[in-house]
Amino acid sequence: MITFDHVTKRFPDGTVGVDDLSLEIEQGSFTVFVGPSGCGKTTSMRMINRMIDPTEGTITVGGRDISTVRPTELRLGIGYVIQNAGLMPHRTVVDNVATVLVLQGVTKRKARITALEAMERVGLDLRMATRYPAQLSGGQQQRVGVARALAADPPVLLMDEPFSAVDPVVRDDLQREMLRLQSELSKTIVFVTHDIDEAIRLGDRVAVFGTGGVLQQLDTAEAVLTRPANPFVTNLVGRDRGFRSLSFQSATQVPVHDVETLPLAGLGSAPALAPHAWALVVDGDRRPVGWLNATRQALVGERGEAALAPLGSLSTPSRTLRQSLDAVLSSPSERGVVVDDDGALLGVVEANDVLAALSAQRGSTTDDAGVLGATATQDALS
Amino acid sequence: MLADLAAYLGDGTNWAGSTGILNRLVEHVGYSALALLVGAVIAVPLGLAIGHTGRGEGIIVGLANTMRALPSLGLMTFLVLLMSSTLIPPITALVALAVPPLLAGVYAGIANVDRSVVDAARAMGMTEWQILLRVELPNALPLIVGGLRGATLQVVATATIAAFVNLGGLGRYIFDGLALYDYTRVLLGALLVTALALVLDGLLALVVKLVQPGTGRMTVRDTGLQAAIDDRAPAAPTA
Repeated sequence: MITFDHVTKRFPDGTVGVDDLSLEIEQGSFTVFVGPSGCGKTTSMRMINRMIDPTEGTITVGGRDISTVRPTELRLGIGYVIQNAGLMPHRTVVDNVATVLVLQGVTKRKARITALEAMERVGLDLRMATRYPAQLSGGQQQRVGVARALAADPPVLLMDEPFSAVDPVVRDDLQREMLRLQSELSKTIVFVTHDIDEAIRLGDRVAVFGTGGVLQQLDTAEAVLTRPANPFVTNLVGRDRGFRSLSFQSATQVPVHDVETLPLAGLGSAPALAPHAWALVVDGDRRPVGWLNATRQALVGERGEAALAPLGSLSTPSRTLRQSLDAVLSSPSERGVVVDDDGALLGVVEANDVLAALSAQRGSTTDDAGVLGATATQDALS
Repeated sequence: MLADLAAYLGDGTNWAGSTGILNRLVEHVGYSALALLVGAVIAVPLGLAIGHTGRGEGIIVGLANTMRALPSLGLMTFLVLLMSSTLIPPITALVALAVPPLLAGVYAGIANVDRSVVDAARAMGMTEWQILLRVELPNALPLIVGGLRGATLQVVATATIAAFVNLGGLGRYIFDGLALYDYTRVLLGALLVTALALVLDGLLALVVKLVQPGTGRMTVRDTGLQAAIDDRAPAAPTA
């Protein structure tokens, strides 16, 4: 769909932004360009819609050599999302979203209706349509930016660090939204980020760029984590990569145990707990509220619900070993809480079971096991 | 003197006719408008071009400083000696006053538009003209009108010099009054110029507020859009 054929970009001052880049981006794939600043990832992306022209080499999009296509015509068919959204402050949200449609010659009235559909698709409240960008939060503006890029339904979407400027909670939300959108729309997405975690979470293909604009590795996210091509990639994915690679292991095999529960209503009249036991407090819908032990139980009469210990992170059976392990580690009772998709309690998982599931899965893929084992030793030594 | 002034203003005959206050006011506004128009013809395209391309910022500083340094009365007298026209010299002197603030306003307005907004507009497929007219200009309007406001204040206050070369305008009262040692008349001219300048300044201050982007003050309601929103999000809370 998009190919780079020996593409080099040399800037007027002599620095090389991108050095002899050849890569193929498949139609419908989510490709993430990741690397430190100044590695040429943004330059490479901006060459796809001719915001920057290469010094050497050819780029084709959908089979056409883009150096033969007028930049404005090319760009009308490629969605573009940037950091801070870059919305036009003098236009309402709906008119911002309708921009590309209007440029393509759609009447304003029709373009606005289509823009509303795009806003719905990215989960924006339509009541915001007539507001101005300055009246929206950063996360909402970013959603509008995504809606704007999607409104004209382009086959290709370029995203330049779109979520770097929003807070972690909103970023998590937007990333999940992006994955949902991609599963529905199957666009060819090129996404630039310096955040390796974001790259691994979103990309089905990850292109790691190194200093001087040299492509270091192009592979699946899992392969980049578990089989880094060279020391540069190893260094970039960092020391936590063993833990991060748990994200690719399913948690379905981890057994879920029963746990002693106490109802939130009538907490004060519950029977006294044994000295070292923890019980999980649930509400009327069996949603977990917090943990309770004997020490804290003594305070219930005085402080009520505030006496409970926080839950820690929750896991669901369909999630990954990383979430299961995190649930265990963040729980005061050393048991991770598992809930179903509606948030109702299913039970708890224990650390030993998570590790057992991990070694079982490693055993089935001997190749990975060797690499991960070596990695762990290396990390322990360094 | 104030009593004389009140009497002069109270006499209806002083307002009417070709030498009346109203006609002088119209003449004064006419010279000012002509000078501002010519100034805008010079400053707006130049400011748009420099602001959009980011090239030639040196021209702004050089031109503005040179023109600001020119003494209006001296420039006008000099031009009168060179040519037989009576209108061109004072208008030229006023244009020299109007250009620097207009140019600075247009240039700063365009150059201050958030670069990421312009970048996004270009990446979406806008041509350079579309970027200039649909993105940069609307967002630059407050500063452009601000420049016009500054230029108007200076030009209106200085347009009295037209009377120095036997043209009309409110300057007539000042120069005639000085020649006749009639200081009531001088005061009248000064007050009228001040009042005119303040009124125009106030009006333009309102315009600056009106053209502020993203406030919706200039938006036309699209009832079809509102209906579509209500149709699609009927249960959404109104907050």
